[in-house]
Amino acid sequence: MAILIYTQNYDGKFKKSVFELVTYGAAVAKELGTEVTAVTTGKLDTETLKELGKYGAEKIITITNEELNDFSAQAYAYAIEQVAKKINADLIIFGNNPYGRAIAPRLSVKLNAGLAAGVTALPSSVSPFTVKKRVFSGKAFADVVIKSETKIITLNQNSYKVEENPVDISTEEFTAEIPEGAYAVKPIETVKSSGKMSVTDAEILVSGGRGLKGPENWGMIEEMAEILGAGTSCSRPVSDLDWRPHEEHVGQTGKVVAPNLYIAIGISGAIQHLAGVNGSKVMVVINTDPEAPFFEAADYGIIGDAFEVVPKLNEAFKKFKAEN
Amino acid sequence: MKALICIGHVPDTTSKIKFTDNDTKFDTADIKYIIGPYEELALTRLLDLRDAGTDMHITTVTVGTQETEPTIRKALAMGADDAVRVNAEASDNLFIAKQIAEVFKNGDYDIIITGKESIDYNGGQLEGMIAEFLNLPSVSGASKFDIEGDKILLEQEIEGGTLKLEASFPFVVSAGKGFCPEPEPRIPNMRGIMTARKKPLQVVEPVDQDAVTEIIKYHLPEPKPACKMIDPDNVEELVRLLHEEAKVI
Ligand SMILES: Cc1cc2nc3c(=O)[nH]c(=O)nc-3n(C[C@H](O)[C@H](O)[C@H](O)COP(=O)(O)OP(=O)(O)OC[C@H]3O[C@@H](n4cnc5c(N)ncnc54)[C@H](O)[C@@H]3O)c2cc1C
Ligand SMILES: Cc1cc2nc3c(=O)[nH]c(=O)nc-3n(C[C@H](O)[C@H](O)[C@H](O)COP(=O)(O)OP(=O)(O)OC[C@H]3O[C@@H](n4cnc5c(N)ncnc54)[C@H](O)[C@@H]3O)c2cc1C
Repeated sequence: MAILIYTQNYDGKFKKSVFELVTYGAAVAKELGTEVTAVTTGKLDTETLKELGKYGAEKIITITNEELNDFSAQAYAYAIEQVAKKINADLIIFGNNPYGRAIAPRLSVKLNAGLAAGVTALPSSVSPFTVKKRVFSGKAFADVVIKSETKIITLNQNSYKVEENPVDISTEEFTAEIPEGAYAVKPIETVKSSGKMSVTDAEILVSGGRGLKGPENWGMIEEMAEILGAGTSCSRPVSDLDWRPHEEHVGQTGKVVAPNLYIAIGISGAIQHLAGVNGSKVMVVINTDPEAPFFEAADYGIIGDAFEVVPKLNEAFKKFKAEN
Repeated sequence: MKALICIGHVPDTTSKIKFTDNDTKFDTADIKYIIGPYEELALTRLLDLRDAGTDMHITTVTVGTQETEPTIRKALAMGADDAVRVNAEASDNLFIAKQIAEVFKNGDYDIIITGKESIDYNGGQLEGMIAEFLNLPSVSGASKFDIEGDKILLEQEIEGGTLKLEASFPFVVSAGKGFCPEPEPRIPNMRGIMTARKKPLQVVEPVDQDAVTEIIKYHLPEPKPACKMIDPDNVEELVRLLHEEAKVI
């Protein structure tokens, strides 16, 4: 059993979600009595690579092909397949993010490897290899057995606790053979967004719904986010009405998020909204209507008018932050 | 242009999810089925493009048993031209992808479109798998889709921004939010439903592909303890609980 983890870097840096993958991979490796190899692309400095060692990756392979500077799922799948074969990987782990979701299915075909997407916990058994995954948009979970020799999983973000587990690393550069034609999709340009924290990365989200009446009332939401170091998100009608940018829309048809703390303000808690947020560790709801369905899903609730409660709560958070 | 659009048959978004046979099977009793929301969005986009003058033939493909036919007819009533059903239980993604790749090979299609993810098994896998079986380029979760002559113009939400892309046929794409800019729900009228009954729905048998995954058990999430209510005049209590009890701030 060898474990390969795809560790995506953004402009030469790793994010916390990658350390989560490595921590998870190291825990599985321990159970299987094997090692963790991490694979990434580009030219990274040794200090950055060492960060992966801090969480348990013993071996780090960097694919240096310049063709990979632009993302192409096809080209990445070729390259990672070659690394997987080289180390005889029988378990390959991706993050359940746009990159993992683009590469893993292709690798699954190449290696005839069963793929479980959206895994939320350590394998409940290694033989048969059984993992728990999210199904029915969070309304249930399923135990999936992967029967093929090579197995692939994509791990949901924020489902495993990042923990340091320092090991010595060995590094290696690798040049993959990537056939021409693997770039048939041509990038034209990248339009940068506001530069704010993305909703899927945020550990705390302050989220507003139609109950806030209009975009001019988001000042207090942004203030709360600022105090807590949080991101902001919203319900679908709010982004449909252009009160907030589309990248903030969470739910069944928006982004699926799983922060440690989700604060829902003026959101009714429709089932399609909950489908995108019910993986949050703790949920707080502030709503005038005691019958709002969100109270059934939340951990803490305040029945009250957001325009009165939120400013008071912001003061209380500010005081808390000043003292802690 | 000939488009092949993958239509999944999924429980309505408001369905109450239950299981039977000792939690090994999804309980289909009382479940209303719909077209997967993302592929409905994609179909709406294709129909909009066609209405705006793009020459297009739209074929739907579904891997499923006869039970999926009402969902397929609904897609035809919305405006698709014809349909293929691969007569098999949809229970493993490599299996499903292989079937759809096969249908593609047997027709002269230019593009395959799927939804970004199904709302039942939330895999988000089929687009990549189908593309790989056919060795075609693909884009996952496109947030914009336009056809200009022999070019496909796309956008994709990526970390920190939007990526504009250009591709050519043949091509595979999965539709995410934004794929259809102003989706007017296409509610089939009586005439649409009547004509849909006469549109061709071809049933084909599956090709071999071993299933490599199997669901052995389902679980419902742990019931949450009741929501703790906090007096709106004492918001400091919420701050204390979030810090001391929930330990999230
Ligand atoms: C196929 C499908 C997919 C969907 N996908 C999504 C999705 O991805 N995400 C999503 O969010 N929705 C989605 N929806 C829509 C969903 O069903 C709801 O309509 C939507 O979530 C409601 O948004 P809301 O809670 O902001 O607004 P509302 O339902 O209008 O609720 C507003 C809430 O604010 C409260 N309120 C009013 N005034 C105040 C005040 N002064 N202070 C505090 N509270 C106040 C009200 O009591 C109410 O509970 C989808 C629907 C369908 C059919
Ligand atoms: C491990 C596993 C085990 C399963 N076991 C069972 C089982 O025992 N019984 C059972 O009934 N189901 C089972 N399923 C469900 C069935 O396989 C799914 O419907 C199918 O895999 C698609 O789910 P997905 O979420 O992975 O697809 P995704 O990749 O998320 O789907 C993306 C898109 O592909 C298209 N699509 C999806 N399904 C189809 C389809 N059937 N035909 C045409 N287009 C489609 C749609 O456009 C959809 O938007 C299982 C699924 C998995 C992953």
